[in-house]
Amino acid sequence: MDMQVGPILSALRRHKAGAVLIALQIALTLAILCNALFIVHQRLSHLSEPTGLDEANIFVIQNEWVGKASYAQLDAEARADLEVLRRLPGVADVTTSNSYPLRGAGWDDGIRLHPDQLTDTTGATVYFADEHFVRTLGLKLVAGRDFRAGDIGVMAAQDRLDPSQVIVTRALADTLFHGDTAVGRTLYLAGSPATIVGVVDRLQAQSVARWAADFAHRVVIVPRRLTSTLGTYYIVRTHPGQLAAAMRAAPAALVARNPRRMFDPRMGVLSFAQVRERAYESDRGMATLMGVISAVLLAITAAGIVGVTSFRVGQRRRQIGVRRALGATRHDIVRYFLVENLLVSGSGILLGVLLALAMNLWLILRFGMQGLSPAYLAAGVAVLLLLGQAAALAPALRASRVPPVEATRAG
Amino acid sequence: MFGYYLDLALRSLRRNKALTALMVLAIALGIGACMTTLTVLHVLSGDPLPGKSAQLYYPQLDPRDMDGYQPGEDPPVQVTWTDGMNLLRAGRADRQALMTGGAVPLQPAQSSIEPFFENARYTSADFFPMFEVPILYGRPWTAADDEAHARVALISRKLNDKLFQGRDSTGETLRMNDVAFRIVGVLDSWRMTPHFYDLNNGSYAEDEGVYLPLTTAYELKLGRNGSTDCWGKGSDPDHMDTAPCVWLQYWVQLDTPAKAAAYKQFLIHYSQEQKALGRFQRPPNVRLPDVMGWLDYNKVVPGDVRLQAWLALGFLLVCLVNTVGLMLAKFLRRSAELGVRRALGASRREVFMQLLVESGVIGLTGGIAGLLLSLVGLWLVRKQPSDYAALAHLDLPMLLATFLLAVGASLLAGLLPAWRACQVTPALQLKSN
Repeated sequence: MDMQVGPILSALRRHKAGAVLIALQIALTLAILCNALFIVHQRLSHLSEPTGLDEANIFVIQNEWVGKASYAQLDAEARADLEVLRRLPGVADVTTSNSYPLRGAGWDDGIRLHPDQLTDTTGATVYFADEHFVRTLGLKLVAGRDFRAGDIGVMAAQDRLDPSQVIVTRALADTLFHGDTAVGRTLYLAGSPATIVGVVDRLQAQSVARWAADFAHRVVIVPRRLTSTLGTYYIVRTHPGQLAAAMRAAPAALVARNPRRMFDPRMGVLSFAQVRERAYESDRGMATLMGVISAVLLAITAAGIVGVTSFRVGQRRRQIGVRRALGATRHDIVRYFLVENLLVSGSGILLGVLLALAMNLWLILRFGMQGLSPAYLAAGVAVLLLLGQAAALAPALRASRVPPVEATRAG
Repeated sequence: MFGYYLDLALRSLRRNKALTALMVLAIALGIGACMTTLTVLHVLSGDPLPGKSAQLYYPQLDPRDMDGYQPGEDPPVQVTWTDGMNLLRAGRADRQALMTGGAVPLQPAQSSIEPFFENARYTSADFFPMFEVPILYGRPWTAADDEAHARVALISRKLNDKLFQGRDSTGETLRMNDVAFRIVGVLDSWRMTPHFYDLNNGSYAEDEGVYLPLTTAYELKLGRNGSTDCWGKGSDPDHMDTAPCVWLQYWVQLDTPAKAAAYKQFLIHYSQEQKALGRFQRPPNVRLPDVMGWLDYNKVVPGDVRLQAWLALGFLLVCLVNTVGLMLAKFLRRSAELGVRRALGASRREVFMQLLVESGVIGLTGGIAGLLLSLVGLWLVRKQPSDYAALAHLDLPMLLATFLLAVGASLLAGLLPAWRACQVTPALQLKSN
């Protein structure tokens, strides 16, 4: 095999343009492939991230009121609604909040540890809660206690947010106190002090967008029922297997109690599975697109290698015949074309690795991507090496079937 | 001569069908992917008001207190009620409008239509002429209506079709949040892309169904959609007119650059004056971007869309390199045939032209197939859930660009192979045969 590299190189030198083009194509394919698959990985890695909720048994209702009402009336209406929902068959518990994980919009605020701090220690999502919130969502309390009915206050949409007690997620507690006990400590939410009374294991923020990635699980739960003229969210947890029936019964029961309300036809009543589906729709779309582009790229590159190698074989039928006549075995011929292809695709891959890293650097600067993991680079190299050799195999086998007599033919 | 070249090209392409199909397919896929993503990018980064947008400006002031002050910081992206009203009443621009988004529960008189929420814009009279809003029936309300907190409304054509079956509904009564409003006008179809005048509720949101005077909406405490940023003692829902909060958008029309420069000076003077009065505490920090500058500042075009466009360009590049490689191999393989043509008197130029025609045919076919693919691609984009999905349509400039790109790219791809192939020495080729 060593002996073959010399002649191969001199043959390649005679057809520089063709070899350079194939190498270039492989390099570009590798660069795009690695980065595209890395993007797919990044987008898909969030998809299965747990929210901390008992997702299989939860649905949410977006309730919008019609007509004028005072904030006190709105709160009374909401409490009456909660009672109606709680009495429905199959319902385990109900709570009301301003938002819920993965909704895509809600209340985010800055958290500070001292009143005179100039910048926030971290951002966090704020969920409004009553004494049923932790139980309804199925959150795991890992320290301290849950809110009691007496802790819950009522707040209008644009009142000042100043709860004296809060529950935080473990992620937020770790950010603030680096593993020290959080219960009993004070944090400053929107400028006012609040004592941490409990810590829950896990609860995801309202947004999965990249700007919110820094505080994806840093959440503070405040003991307030938020009343807004625009409406509110009811979060319902059902007993296992009762979700569909309760989802059908709930809107009708609410309308029967007070008809002056609306449920958005698309967003009004959603199971948590639907919420999850909506939240990651664009990520899934991007991942699919990247996947399809990668597959098509590989197919085109493979077809290109088959095409060009076939032409090389066709062009050199006479030389192959001469070599066969001089004693080269079929094996030697196959090996010749495979080694030739390996040299070309190998240099393409070397260039491709550099291109992939350059492209990744540019994506980091321009689009805030993360650094390409070496595993993806290695996988890309392996895939293209195998693909290149596989694509060259069929033409190489055809070459090996050229009979020695071809040496004597013209053309 | 061209006809003859075309005939030769078609013969040659027919001779190796699989290879021809591969080249056409590669170009078609590359063009299709490129045109789909570029069309989306083109639609999303377009000028919402061509010819007018350079005269529309978005004044920014910094009314905050010194808490967390860092020099060089950007001013807030909205204005307070006090500043908005002061600037509106000063009337220093050719036109000016103060606004916010909202949502109102609509209670149709017809019992057949259930009550529903409609997106609304609470604004002032200049909004309509300033943004060149087309009016189908009636007329916009006046500055006097703004002052009088009049119960008047304009509605969109779509809402008019829904409630009044498209007839002239001016003078009719519309109940919203238990208050009767008189319809004074109906808009013609109107959609600003991007929704530049208020980016809070989605950059590509549809325009609102109901337009009400801001003063009226504030008096009635109608529901707001948008963001509120407060400092100091924070917000006060009952007194948002005095609360230290920015929650309104303020736009001005300034017809000449000189007027824009003068208006910026006016904003600086205004900030100094407010500081002297003790309302502002920070040094004057004034911005005056125009529409395109404002869209740039807000990075309105989604990063994913740009990323996809770049990716598709890379994809097209691979497809082109692929085609160049295949064409080169193909043309070189025909050295013998080309040698014969050269020996029979064809000039190098003629052989070159013949090969270029062949690559042009591939490009054109690939381009047409690519165009069809991009129509399919755009149809797929429209199926997506994003708020801009419905906007993804091919327009005439992009259609022409597709063809230019396809033919240009494949001619470019044909140049190197054709040039290399026409270098053959006729004698050598004939001898070796």
